[in-house]
Amino acid sequence: MTNESLLIVEGLDVNFPGRTGVTRAVRNASFKLGRERLGIVGESGSGKTTMGRALLGLLPHTATVTARTMSYEGRNLLNCTERDWQQLRGRRMSMVMQDPKYSLNPVKTVGRQIGETCMLHLGTSRKQARQRTLSMLEAVQIRDPELVHGLYPHQLSGGMGQRVMIAMMLIAEPDLLIADEPTSALDVTVQNEVLRILDDLVRDRGMGLIMISHNLTMVSSFCDRVLIMYGGRIVEECAARDLTNAQHPYTRALVAATPSLDVRRAELATVTRDPEWLK
Amino acid sequence: MITVKDLSVTFHVGGRDVRAAEAISFEVAAGETFGIVGESGSGKSTVLRAIAGLVPSRSSILEVDGRPAAQRRSRADRRKLQFVFQDPYASLHPRQTVDDILREPLEIHRVGGINDKVIAAIADVGLLPMHRFRYPHQLSGGQRQRVAIARALILKPPILLLDEPTSALDVSVQAEILNLLARLRQSYSLTSILVSHDLAVVAHLCDRIAIMQLGRIVEVIGADDLRSGAVAAGYTRKLIAASRGFARIPA
Repeated sequence: MTNESLLIVEGLDVNFPGRTGVTRAVRNASFKLGRERLGIVGESGSGKTTMGRALLGLLPHTATVTARTMSYEGRNLLNCTERDWQQLRGRRMSMVMQDPKYSLNPVKTVGRQIGETCMLHLGTSRKQARQRTLSMLEAVQIRDPELVHGLYPHQLSGGMGQRVMIAMMLIAEPDLLIADEPTSALDVTVQNEVLRILDDLVRDRGMGLIMISHNLTMVSSFCDRVLIMYGGRIVEECAARDLTNAQHPYTRALVAATPSLDVRRAELATVTRDPEWLK
Repeated sequence: MITVKDLSVTFHVGGRDVRAAEAISFEVAAGETFGIVGESGSGKSTVLRAIAGLVPSRSSILEVDGRPAAQRRSRADRRKLQFVFQDPYASLHPRQTVDDILREPLEIHRVGGINDKVIAAIADVGLLPMHRFRYPHQLSGGQRQRVAIARALILKPPILLLDEPTSALDVSVQAEILNLLARLRQSYSLTSILVSHDLAVVAHLCDRIAIMQLGRIVEVIGADDLRSGAVAAGYTRKLIAASRGFARIPA
């Protein structure tokens, strides 16, 4: 399943120049993605979201992105113009953002937003777009698609909003979906419903999925493979189910610092940061 | 230490009555840490706020430290309960230094020896003397939550109410704050109520846990029952299963 690489990244660096010097948000990151579920885990400021955005060319102009290789389905992403990106984004690769409250357009109905994506990328008529939107809403398990089609984002609950966003990102049938904390604003029970929808869609459509999250339990149970980021670097890569037996001291510390439902610990381990990890 | 019987909270929103909490009854013994778990909108924070007197409530009994917690509370009543809120970015005044923030409760309650108490409180929560004259924006999220905890504890209250104290923090920082809370409840012999959506966090700190759904308590269980899954209600089981992570149904 992972033989064929969808995305190849080698030596990715993202720098943000600032008044006090350059902030190196991502440093020398390399990984490959096939048609699989890849998790990227790290704490705030580890560079996981920045890396996700770099893959989609969504960083602000002030950021400098350099890499030895960054290619998607054989296409070099490093020399893409804004026009090239527009052809890729939405149609070929897409991103689900963390909070539907801030990422959906508040003054357009759900149906119009999703339909717009469909008309833009697939060149369908308004009528076809409506049909596709309704069936997509059904695919993300919204009970009454006709009703939700006419609602505005503020009328949706968090879980529904997130499903709408997933529907919007998947309607143009991209091969790669980057999900940035897609469930962290949701309750646990809803979280798993949304994950199940993503899981089904990824399997049925043979997509590649990058799941960016700080939640170790979720990533280790959902993904096939996990990258652990610290200070802009990928410090470890391992199979998701082996996360509890990880090698890198940072990964081990993170696992030990997470309260568990299975074992009672008198005290949680705290993370002692080693400057060596940044070398 | 805390007795709640038939507590209900009703909000009036746009001409409608919304029952945020209904028929809530539980007791918390002295020195116990009681947990309340539920999903968003289950009324868990509302119950905590009602006990603190931050929202109006009705109940047949609401007693704190053997005294009825009336709607109008005296300063002495208020001093017994201190609150730590979820978001350390929002609960600290941005234009007050740590020193100002910690001084205020002492001044309100006219307690003497302010200087020594502030120094001691800062050391107690693991901050350094140099943090005393910093502003909240000069501190990290974990340091800010430490300041909020110091502010709550500076009056030496017998009861601490914690509303999602670690949900805005990274795992590594969360571990530090949970350890700090565990240590402080020992040294201050605190009675506390911890509200959280995270079952693992609640199971880590609490002895008994109330599961809430739609404004009501579904059941009250022990932390060991939570771990072993020996629970009666279907909703609790569903919540536990969901907290253990994603379960792929084999195709």
